[in-house]
Amino acid sequence: MAPLLELRGVQARYGPIVALHDVSITVGEGEVVALLGANGAGKTTTLRAISGLVSTTGEVVYAGSQVRRATPERLARLGLAHVPEGRGLFPELTVWENLRMGAYVRRDRRGVKTDLDRAVEHFPWIRERRHQHAATLSGGEQQMLAVARALVARPRLLMLDEPSLGLAPLVTQEVFRVVHELNEQEGLTVLVVEQNAQIALTVSHRAYVLEVGRVAVEGSSAELREHEGVRRSYLGY
Amino acid sequence: MLPLAFTWSDFFQQVVFGLAIGAVYASLALAIVLIYRTTHVVNFAQGEMATFTTYIAWTLTANHGWSFWPAFFATIVIAFGLGAATERVIIRPFERGDPLTLILVTIALFVIFNGLIQWIWGPEQKVFLGAFTPKPFDIGGVAISRQDVGVIVVTLITVTVLWLFFRFTKLGLAMRAAAIAPVASRLMGVRVGWMYAAGWGFAASLGAVSGMMVAPVVSLSPSMLQSVLVYAFAAAVLGGIESPVGAVVGGLLLGLATTLLGAYVSFIGVDLELPVAFSVLILVLLFRPAGLLGRQVLRRV
Repeated sequence: MAPLLELRGVQARYGPIVALHDVSITVGEGEVVALLGANGAGKTTTLRAISGLVSTTGEVVYAGSQVRRATPERLARLGLAHVPEGRGLFPELTVWENLRMGAYVRRDRRGVKTDLDRAVEHFPWIRERRHQHAATLSGGEQQMLAVARALVARPRLLMLDEPSLGLAPLVTQEVFRVVHELNEQEGLTVLVVEQNAQIALTVSHRAYVLEVGRVAVEGSSAELREHEGVRRSYLGY
Repeated sequence: MLPLAFTWSDFFQQVVFGLAIGAVYASLALAIVLIYRTTHVVNFAQGEMATFTTYIAWTLTANHGWSFWPAFFATIVIAFGLGAATERVIIRPFERGDPLTLILVTIALFVIFNGLIQWIWGPEQKVFLGAFTPKPFDIGGVAISRQDVGVIVVTLITVTVLWLFFRFTKLGLAMRAAAIAPVASRLMGVRVGWMYAAGWGFAASLGAVSGMMVAPVVSLSPSMLQSVLVYAFAAAVLGGIESPVGAVVGGLLLGLATTLLGAYVSFIGVDLELPVAFSVLILVLLFRPAGLLGRQVLRRV
């Protein structure tokens, strides 16, 4: 079966600076794939290239069609949910309004209602804080709201950019627990960018390690946990 | 000008008159705030665009025999199209440019719309018949102008409808989201460019309402809204340039204050209304730089 997402020889640049030299990755339906690497390795740019926020050369194939030149708006309609760096919440909108924005591309009112309720089931605190501005939430709550909002879109592919950034270890675990559950129970496909290799390799099936805009190592997460170089550089033992 | 002897009936008339003027300032101020919030452009052409659309309403009523209300609603729709098209065609190429360039562009728009008005309809004043007869209501011995009450009611309805739209509809929510975080909105599937265009459209419609409300009072001329625009800017800044509620409150306060000052403070009179109003504005801004209802800094709780 063809993968849900495939990047072949993708290059991206910001003006004169080349951020991605040659990135080829695949994400299969139902997989959790992690993208690891140091700061500036090109992890965030890879996600931005997929969702059309930076222009690229090479091939980006999503759900069977070439989407290299597609806009973010179009990709959202094709079921791609991207929780960007910094979470991309609307700070001056309420928690509930943020959540409703997740369903912007959907036309099935009843389905949206079910999914809003489901989001509240996953994150029960949302109920009592739904009239609060998103800016007043703690970092962990903001991250969970961003994930909840992405789920309301009922995505085919969920992309998370450093969900652990700025969060306490316990909160990070909570976020990844939800990701794991969604994958196990509903077969959600996830591509997650993470600096915290430890937790990312526990939850993912496969992983890629990026170094200066290239894929340096790839393999199953179990293999990578044992990989000499990965252990020394990213796991710290 | 001789100071009038104070009577309550006269006072109420002045209050209603002040609120009516204020309502016109308020809707134009709200239009300015809408455009500022959605595209961060200070639109100096807001008044001229409104005057232009009021001339369209005049053409519909005077030349094509439409009655006022059908012409009123048709003009609102036409104004929306005009505002949206202006954003798409003229503002969009400068969207990411220098703010100063954008100011120059809207000043150019001011000149263009004013020129178009004179070219199409001529410079002379025209009689614009409104929906409200000048015959006053008689409430407990106080004669209240129907015209003034009509302006206040129409403005309040317009503002309420707009508020409901932004608060409760999906498109209204998306427009707010696009104004706050355009990139995040794109990732949600929002076509941000069209939200900006819609913002300009709604602003132009609001301007059209204020133009059609003021034209029966001052009669229609190419420069009809130029001094009103100055008050509208003052109202927008007074309320807090990013606050829609502030714009409405600011407009009503300014209308009320200038009218009452002009009527009751003998040395002010009509000539000094504007300077006094602006002195008050500067005083307010000294103590509340973000305006009366300017954006408060959100804090975590």
